[in-house]
Amino acid sequence: MKLMTCPLNGPRNITEFVYGGEVKEMPNHKACSDKEWADYVFYSDNTVKVIQEWWFHSPSGYWFIAERHTASDEILRTYDPSELYQDRVDFEQGENLQEGRA
Amino acid sequence: MPFSLLKYGLSNDYPFEKDADLPTPTELKRHYDVVIIGGGGHGVATAYYLAKYHGITNVAILEKGYLGGGNTARNTAVIRSNYLTSEGVKFYKQSVDLFQGLSNEFDFNIMYSSRGQLTLAHTDATVRSFRQRTEVNKHFGGKTELIDPQQIKELVPTLNMNPADMPILAGLWHIDGATARHDAVAWGYAKGATQRGVELHQLTEVTGVTVDHGKVVGVDTNRGKVSCGCVVQAVAGHSSIVAAMAGIKMPITTYPLQAMVTQPVKPFLDPLVSSSALHCYVQQTGRGEIVFGGGSDPYPLYNTRSTLDLKESLLASAVEMFPFMANLKLMRQWAGITDMTSDYSPIMGLSPVENYYLDAGWGTWGFKATPICGKTMAELVANGGKVPDLIAPFAMDRFDVFRQVNEMGATAASH
Repeated sequence: MKLMTCPLNGPRNITEFVYGGEVKEMPNHKACSDKEWADYVFYSDNTVKVIQEWWFHSPSGYWFIAERHTASDEILRTYDPSELYQDRVDFEQGENLQEGRA
Repeated sequence: MPFSLLKYGLSNDYPFEKDADLPTPTELKRHYDVVIIGGGGHGVATAYYLAKYHGITNVAILEKGYLGGGNTARNTAVIRSNYLTSEGVKFYKQSVDLFQGLSNEFDFNIMYSSRGQLTLAHTDATVRSFRQRTEVNKHFGGKTELIDPQQIKELVPTLNMNPADMPILAGLWHIDGATARHDAVAWGYAKGATQRGVELHQLTEVTGVTVDHGKVVGVDTNRGKVSCGCVVQAVAGHSSIVAAMAGIKMPITTYPLQAMVTQPVKPFLDPLVSSSALHCYVQQTGRGEIVFGGGSDPYPLYNTRSTLDLKESLLASAVEMFPFMANLKLMRQWAGITDMTSDYSPIMGLSPVENYYLDAGWGTWGFKATPICGKTMAELVANGGKVPDLIAPFAMDRFDVFRQVNEMGATAASH
């Protein structure tokens, strides 16, 4: 059994966690081009090194960030996202959606 | 063939086959028209068709390990074409057709065995998607039917019809489904290619790619520099890493895929049986061993280690489907490295670098495409980068325009 240390709940079996993708800089979704958005959503360096990635502790519904090596599978650090992000990105409803409702 | 069998069956000496082995390795030349990175099934198939149909023989296959020693030897050797999209079905159907003739073409037995593949549905939604897949398959000339529980029982008497309390409602019976010896496919193609003048360089690792003014001009290897007219990259699990040498970023995430076999038992299972709800597929090899496979690991990793978690969940599903298997012992287990794309379709064709062709993103479905992929990639190279219609939908830039080819629901064990 592989353990992962949840910043909220402590060490737990890794099967309790869901992988949520690499931590990447999100382009401004209102201003960026299709290619920039595709880059953000689909493309990745996907290489062998220590990466920062999102993980979700499913039983407690808690998202956090882990630093893990992509070949040795060693988990070096896990921490609350507040270390990197102070603000939530606001996806307010698009104009089309509002028109549709009216 | 039968005549020679008769002739040599009655004579005292058997003809010594001079070209039974691959040619002895030579020094690398300074220049090749085509460099193929990766000596797995796809790479050698591409070289074979380049030499056979297009007369291009100044070709080097550079393989860092040995022939067919990567994911070609790690898959579970399933051949089928019962996909969901028109693009996918059309492509894989041609692959199945080519597979059927390979033993004759190579004069070498790839142990192609057309046993049919049965996928089980446990929910109404799956039955609906099976109906669609049946019709798409039939439209493109494949043999696929939707069958009911009674027919399933007759086909596979040992199957538990209520595995994990999820009653089997229907089955997608893919009559063309088959299996073959994966190593033999790579060997057959390699032999055919080298006989026609292609050079296969094993233990030759590409360490760099030289790009000049947006155009590939050569590669660095652990045995020196080679200049080339074009490059075909066919490296399965390491696509992102090799492409990065040419400065190309790919829409791929790399996951391990684990599989295992049991001790051999008497033949009891003819078709290949899979259930997407149980994330498990089961088949019995010609040697009697039972092969289990499932979905990729739950998170990305460049490592062929095995985990007890996945073994346990996979085997629990297998025992639900065939309860008597609980008494069997596992003989071997292993893992491959799979390049997953977000739409579960491959990437074939052009790249942002001129004359650098991609054959990547094969996830868990690469082996079954070996012949047709090799054939169309050869066509692409021979025509100097004019993309054949068959693989045009699988271009990498489909992600840039949000035109994915969604095959997620058509994987044997959904991921």
